[in-house]
Amino acid sequence: MAKTARTKYLIIGNSAGGVGAAEAIRAVDKAGTVTIVSDEPYPAYSRPLISEHLAEGCSLERMLFRPADFCERHGIKTLLGQKVASLSLDEHIARVETGQEIGWEKLLLATGGKPIVPRMEGLESKGVFTFTTLADAKAIAQAITPSSRAVVIGGGLIGVSVTEALVKRGVGVTIVEMKDRILNTILDEEASALAAEALSEHGVEIITGHTVSKVNSRPAKGGSVSSVTLENGRKLPCNLVVVAIGVVPRLDLVAGSDVRTNRGVIVDRHMATSCRDVYACGDVAEAYDFIAGENRVTPVWPNAYLGGRVAGFNMAGAPAEYQGGTAMNSLKYFGLAIVSAGVTNPPDGSYEVVSNIYGSSCRKIWVKDGFIRGMLYSGEIEPAGIVFSLMRDMVNVDSFKERLVAADLGLSSLPEALWRSRLSLPPSVPVTTIPVEEPEEVLVGE
Amino acid sequence: MKRVYVNEPACIGCRLCEVHCQFAHSSSKDLVKAFKKAAPPLPRLRVEVKKPVSFSVRCQHCDEPACVYACLTGALTKDEKTGVVSVDTEKCMGCWTCILVCPYAAITRDGDKISKCDLCTGKPLPSCVANCPNEALVYAETRES
Repeated sequence: MAKTARTKYLIIGNSAGGVGAAEAIRAVDKAGTVTIVSDEPYPAYSRPLISEHLAEGCSLERMLFRPADFCERHGIKTLLGQKVASLSLDEHIARVETGQEIGWEKLLLATGGKPIVPRMEGLESKGVFTFTTLADAKAIAQAITPSSRAVVIGGGLIGVSVTEALVKRGVGVTIVEMKDRILNTILDEEASALAAEALSEHGVEIITGHTVSKVNSRPAKGGSVSSVTLENGRKLPCNLVVVAIGVVPRLDLVAGSDVRTNRGVIVDRHMATSCRDVYACGDVAEAYDFIAGENRVTPVWPNAYLGGRVAGFNMAGAPAEYQGGTAMNSLKYFGLAIVSAGVTNPPDGSYEVVSNIYGSSCRKIWVKDGFIRGMLYSGEIEPAGIVFSLMRDMVNVDSFKERLVAADLGLSSLPEALWRSRLSLPPSVPVTTIPVEEPEEVLVGE
Repeated sequence: MKRVYVNEPACIGCRLCEVHCQFAHSSSKDLVKAFKKAAPPLPRLRVEVKKPVSFSVRCQHCDEPACVYACLTGALTKDEKTGVVSVDTEKCMGCWTCILVCPYAAITRDGDKISKCDLCTGKPLPSCVANCPNEALVYAETRES
């Protein structure tokens, strides 16, 4: 019979959410045992950097999300490269594939997302990859040869990230996007066109409005990729295929359990699931989205960290509330800077677009009922945070919305009461100014 | 912790804080060399002038730093002891996520990295405060929140 280890806090998943939770737990509970289990064999690394790894061989050391001694310093036990096989929520026990059992008091599901892989003929061929983990990046890097040509299925964030990395490695890439434009969920038409232009300038071929229906290989079954066939019959020769359609919450561990799920694990504002002592965060969770006004899966890194942080505090008995997250992204493809958040493709005509294009910069907000519901800044992106905070804090901007897209946008663009409250002196500091004395008469020319 | 606060009525928009910030972060110890013979570093603060209002803005080293929580690589950290929010430019990948979430717009792009106020760590007074001609910048202990 397997021996049962005990831990006060068990965190499944060692990425942004898991680390955020561990840090919060340690901020309030220095002694309670914390254990992180991850099926990935590496210490917590910055997942977005896998594109740098593929492009430039960025080392694991440079990719580490926290210093190498992080777990040791915080007294966190890790079981890396080990997969939790099943959970007994009633008994508060997790069973690891190695046979080990771990008893826990509080559990965090930070299992992340898994790539969507559609059913398609030929996907078992050699040379077909996904792109969400360091292992994926390493596998692609190994498969690249000087004559490589790649087809990336999906023109979303993951698809464009892997494309940029492949191009930097000298690989010719064709993106096949089902919708009529790339990055269609996070950018509006204009910004999509900008991004497409930046990619095209670097030799990327973009095919929109089509899908890949089949991956061909030599020999026909189980061989190496030789081409893909589109739904219209067109063949694209290639020896690498990256499936980058998106990710879905990794729900395997709670399937059939009492944990309520929709698209993801449903959590309240404390990041607590419907099961006592069980919390969830990050790409696996369906947490509050302040733009949607309801729970949604928003699989982006900052939301995972913040959700994990809130979960950690609550797990350790320090009440904390998740303010909510929303879709937010920052892109820098081939040097083109674009940040966007919230609704950038309004579902109906009730959104007012306030925009300003100057030089190579574009500033755009989508306003509904006086509130910012979406934003997109490209080029000079520096003041975007001012707008993001107004959107997140639900500030009615109706009287000054035009100023938020002006070229001289700054804190002083806000109503006086707003900028004063952000910059004002603490009350304990007396406000004194140097008195300006009447200048003495100066005789000139003496 | 101590932070830099703006005493707006006293600010005359002279931009000396900007100049001294650049000078303090340049490798040269000579003003003329720093500005005329080399490209000075970017200022780590911003002066806004919309007359009659003027003030300078820099990182507030927030208690709950949105930039640190949003950082994709772990490059931005808040020092547990001093409270200073700083960036490790070796780790920064220039993804600009911090720029999207900073409510003060206090982070700027500097080539492939970001640049931000470091409170002139190591000096008794931040250079911008020390060199303000009209005490429009105050280095003061934070109010209890």
